[in-house]
Order: sequence, then C-alpha cells, then structure tokens
Amino acid sequence: MPLLEVENLSVEFQTSAGMARAVDGVSFSLSAGEVLGVVGESGCGKSLTMLAVMGLVPYPARVTAERLTFRGRDLLRLPARARRALAGKSLAMIFQEPTTSLNPCFTIGFQLMEGLRAHERLARRAAWQRAVELLEQVGIPAAQERMRAYPHQLSGGMNQRVMIAMAIASNPDILIADEPTTALDVTVQAQILELLTALQRSRGMALILVTHNIGVVAETAQRVLVMYGGEIVEEAAAAALFAAPQHPYTAALLAARPGVQDGARLATIPGAPPGLHDRPAGCLFGPRCADATARALRERPQLRDLMGGRVRCHYPLGEPTRAASIAADRRVIRDERVDARSAP
Amino acid sequence: MSALLVARDLARTYQVGRGPWRAPRPLRAVGGVSFEIAAGRTLAVVGETGCGKSTLARMLTLIEKPSAGSLRLDGVDAIDPPPGAAPQLRRSVQLVFQNPQGSLNPRRTVGVTLEEPLAINTDLPRAERRRRALAMMAKVGLPPEHHGRYPHMFSGGQRQRIAIARALMLGPKLLVADEPVSALDVSVQAQVLNLFKDLQEEMDLAYLFISHDLAVVRHVAHDVLVMYLGLAMEQGAKQRIFARPLHPYTQALLAATPGLAARAARLPTGDLPSPLDPPRGCVFSTRCPHVVERCRTERPQPRPIDGRQVACHLAERFVLGGGG
Repeated sequence: MPLLEVENLSVEFQTSAGMARAVDGVSFSLSAGEVLGVVGESGCGKSLTMLAVMGLVPYPARVTAERLTFRGRDLLRLPARARRALAGKSLAMIFQEPTTSLNPCFTIGFQLMEGLRAHERLARRAAWQRAVELLEQVGIPAAQERMRAYPHQLSGGMNQRVMIAMAIASNPDILIADEPTTALDVTVQAQILELLTALQRSRGMALILVTHNIGVVAETAQRVLVMYGGEIVEEAAAAALFAAPQHPYTAALLAARPGVQDGARLATIPGAPPGLHDRPAGCLFGPRCADATARALRERPQLRDLMGGRVRCHYPLGEPTRAASIAADRRVIRDERVDARSAP
Repeated sequence: MSALLVARDLARTYQVGRGPWRAPRPLRAVGGVSFEIAAGRTLAVVGETGCGKSTLARMLTLIEKPSAGSLRLDGVDAIDPPPGAAPQLRRSVQLVFQNPQGSLNPRRTVGVTLEEPLAINTDLPRAERRRRALAMMAKVGLPPEHHGRYPHMFSGGQRQRIAIARALMLGPKLLVADEPVSALDVSVQAQVLNLFKDLQEEMDLAYLFISHDLAVVRHVAHDVLVMYLGLAMEQGAKQRIFARPLHPYTQALLAATPGLAARAARLPTGDLPSPLDPPRGCVFSTRCPHVVERCRTERPQPRPIDGRQVACHLAERFVLGGGG
C-alpha cells in the first residue's frame, strides 16, 4: 500500500471574479522511502498542492479530493486535532526562506524543543539532549552553543539546517521540501541537497522535493511530476523524463535551460502560463504549443498512462503515431470547415 | 580595439559603526579588482552573497565612489571627471536591477517611466519623447498599446523588458545588469536572455552581467570574473574557465551547479566567513578542500596561468590534473 494517496485533489478560492481553481484534479501516490520531484513554474500550483496535503491551506480556500489518505487514513475526514497531531510528526515540511520560517524572537533551541515537547512529550532536559543530537545530525558545528543562538545570528544555510532538524525531529514518514535551496547560495545549495538526500537514505523516509529548478530534480528524484496551470501534465521516472520527455511543455522547459548548448539562442516558450480566470477550454498549454491542433484547443486532454508514466497530451512526443494523428486531426478540421461552407 | 571601460585595482571600504562609544570598523566590500570591458562584449561577475558584486555595480554606475583605484570610461576618468563631463558619463552607464517588481514605480505608466530619463536629461519636445519611447518598446518586444499601462498589468518577464527599455532610453554604452534574470521562471528567463543578446548585437552594447547562476553565465558571457569576499579569485575568457577551472572556488561553484557538470570536485565545507573578519591568508582557505599551510598565512596574488588570472598558490596543480 502506498504511503500517501492523492486522487483528484483540487484547491479553490472564492474571488470577486468567481471561483478560482489553483489546483485542479491532481492525483499521485507516494511509496515509503521514495524521492518524488515536483517541477513547475511559479503559479502552477505545486506549493499549494503540498500545503493541501499538509492541511495548511488557509481558511477561505476550499480543498476537495476524492481521496487523500496517509497510511490508509482519510486525512480530509480526520478531526482537526488528530490531523494537527499528524502534521509536523508523520508529515513534515520545510519551506523556501528559512530566515522567515523561524521565529526571530526565540532561540533556535527553544523552537526545536517546542516540537519535541508537543509531539514526543519529552521532558525539558530530554528535549534539550535530543535537540542537540538533531543539530549534530544536520551538520551544525558546536551544537551546544548554537542552541542559544537566535536565527539572525546564523547564516541562511545554517538556518535551513535548523529547519531540517526540526522537520526530522519526530522521524516523519514523509518530508516535503518546498524549494529548500532557492534562497541559498550555490555552494550552500549543494550542501543542503546532499544533506536532504543523505537523511532520506539513512532514515528511509519518503521525500517530496518541490522546485522550479529542473536540474535539482535530475540529481535527486526517482520520479518526477511536472505541473502546469494547476494540473499534472506529465509523470515519469526521472531518467526517462530527461532522456525522452513526453509532453511538449516538459520538452520546452528542458530546452529553455541556459548552459546546455554554448552561446546559441535559447529555445523559448511564447506567451505566458494561463491565469486563474482565463483558462483555455482545451489543452492548457495549447495556446503556447507549436503542435496544437484545433482539437487540442477545443478538448482538454486527459492524463493517460504511457510508457510507465502518465502524460496529459493528445499527441505525446514519444508516441509512434504522433505525426499521423496530428495530420489526421488537421484534416478532420479542414473537412469540417468544407462541410460548414457547403452546407447552407 | 581599446576597451570601453578600464578598471584598475578598484576598491571600496565601508566603515561599519559599532555604537556610539566604539570606533567604526572597516569592511572591505571590494578589495582591488581590475578588468576591462570592450564594446559589444559581456563580462560576467560571479560569486555568492557578500562577495562584492553589487558594490562593484554601484561603483561602475557612479552611484558610489571607489575608495581606491582608477576607473576610466571611454578614456575619461570617471572617478574625478573633468569639469562638465559628469552628466555625459552618467548617461553612458545604466543599470538593470534584479526585481522589476521593485524597481518600477507602480503608479506610473510604462510611457511615463520610459520618457522620464529623456525629460530630465534632454530638451526634446513631448512628441519626440513619445516617439522614442514607442521605438524602444518595439525594440524590446512590447506592443505600442502597452504605452499607457501600469506595471501591475504585466508579467515578470514583461516588466523586466520595461526595465531594460528604461535603461536604454539615453543610449548608454555600458549596461550593468545586477542579477537580471534570477527572479524569473525558466521559460521567461530564456526570452529575456535572448533579448539581452539581440540588443547587444544591434547596439554594440557592453554588459557587466552579475549573476550567481553559472548556467546563465555560461550562456551570456564572453569573459568571467569570479569573486569571493571582495577579491578576484579567477578571471579570463569563458571557454577557458568553464573547460578547466583552476581556482578551487571556481571548481566548487561549477560542481555545485546542478546539471552543468558531473559532481566530480569536492564541495566546499562550511559557510562564508564574515567580511568584517576575513581569513588572514587566502580568503577561501577556511572552506577550500585543497588547503595547505601556506594558504593560511600568505594571501595569493592573481597571476597569469594558462591564459587567465588565478589567485591560488596551488593553481599549477590543476592545469594538468583537471578540476578537483
């Protein structure tokens, strides 16, 4: 049984312009000990999906799902108190900006012990001991002294290590890392990623790595979800995704990375992602896709299984019949037009 | 070909106050770097937080006076300009910032923003200013109907186009871009990088391009300057540096950039030391995986090796052995 099962998860906001669907029918599952990458550009709903799993989406938003289970327990129907007991204990999350996630008014020792005392019911002295151990595990030198330091006395990388120490304090089954390295310097980024993967391996926990940096995912994840406009557009094993992306959007993202070919012009994606209120009727990527047909612009493709992964495209790049079906769909439209003209 | 910009031993030291009863302490933000940029070329400055890249940008754009060294722009002394030359100098260097959301006035339309530099610096009539603004918008790929719109109506990439257009309104020769694409998504970032490239070819612009992302640098740069704690670690032609980095810090940066190279070199340990209290010998010695005793006591000076400048005692070791 998978550790986490998500089926048809949606997050909606009531706005003055009507209902806005920021996450639209997302389904995925996560097994114990797996590393899952979630990639997408800003506003694609990747962070909101994870907040919904954690139960951290703020009040006016509505979270619905056909299924949202952790170890078979239905998270959406769990009483609030029981759900809170899970969050931070079995499901833990770290955020992008460590310096704003930590409370500047309390020492990091206090903040680390707070969780230990609440979730593990440790006495003060035992919690202190455990907190020092945790700081040592995440590679903070002179942990005893650091316990009394305030967040502003530590660097961004050190603060992120403290956040990781907090997250793993109760031996979570799932650690969700939302852009854990984006705010950090390059060399520190690499250290933090190495720490995260080392902890994941040694503890056998599942890790969800949310990032806009597709290169980070290539090095760490086993499986990758690509999100666009609140939907999953592709899911594949990491190696397969980079070797042969199936969705045109994934392919375009990979091609737009600088530094792949030297000096040449970069491939760009024309236009911008859809907003919350101007979502196209057909394929969400259709208006920006080079191969979009009239059918793709009219009919929203379903997420379907393909070569061990899933893809939401009428014409996946690796499908042998791709060119033929694009041509066929173009022909059908032409025929329709001819019919329409000759009909009256 | 003579260089457009020549900087020699450029340095800037700040006095950091420590309260009313203690003497301020000097903080060396930039400790003497030299470089040249020719028209139509791009020098990329690479480094992490606190390495002095932004101070360097402020000195080049004449916002900040260097504490030492010389800076010549088009043959004219830019630090102590001859009488009457200062306005012309300021016009020839313009700046693009990291976050267009913050650098554009939300209460001014694109048109007003673009025409302001002309209104201040020239006595062109209104109609001519408008014509030039529209021409510049076309150049950076914005349709003319955007002239009357406000910044919030644009996406991040479009806003960065507006910021670039504003910087180009006075026809500068050097554009200093401080992390211009790090706030943008990959697909939009590619569009803006292409725009930088097109504008350079079209207007023969020189760029000082500041970035921490080596993948971006590899794409845009002709020459690279790697800085750490205010000092130049390695500088030279891009191809040479990317093919075989000779300074352990450059090697570490390359190894740490995901997707750029296999993670062969060892990663540096620990954190950046405080710039108020830099290490006595080589500034990188506290984190360097190859450190020897000499590095801790004697600061290496930049010296020419294999067609570039390297400030490392052990650089010869890497010429044959490759990185790491």
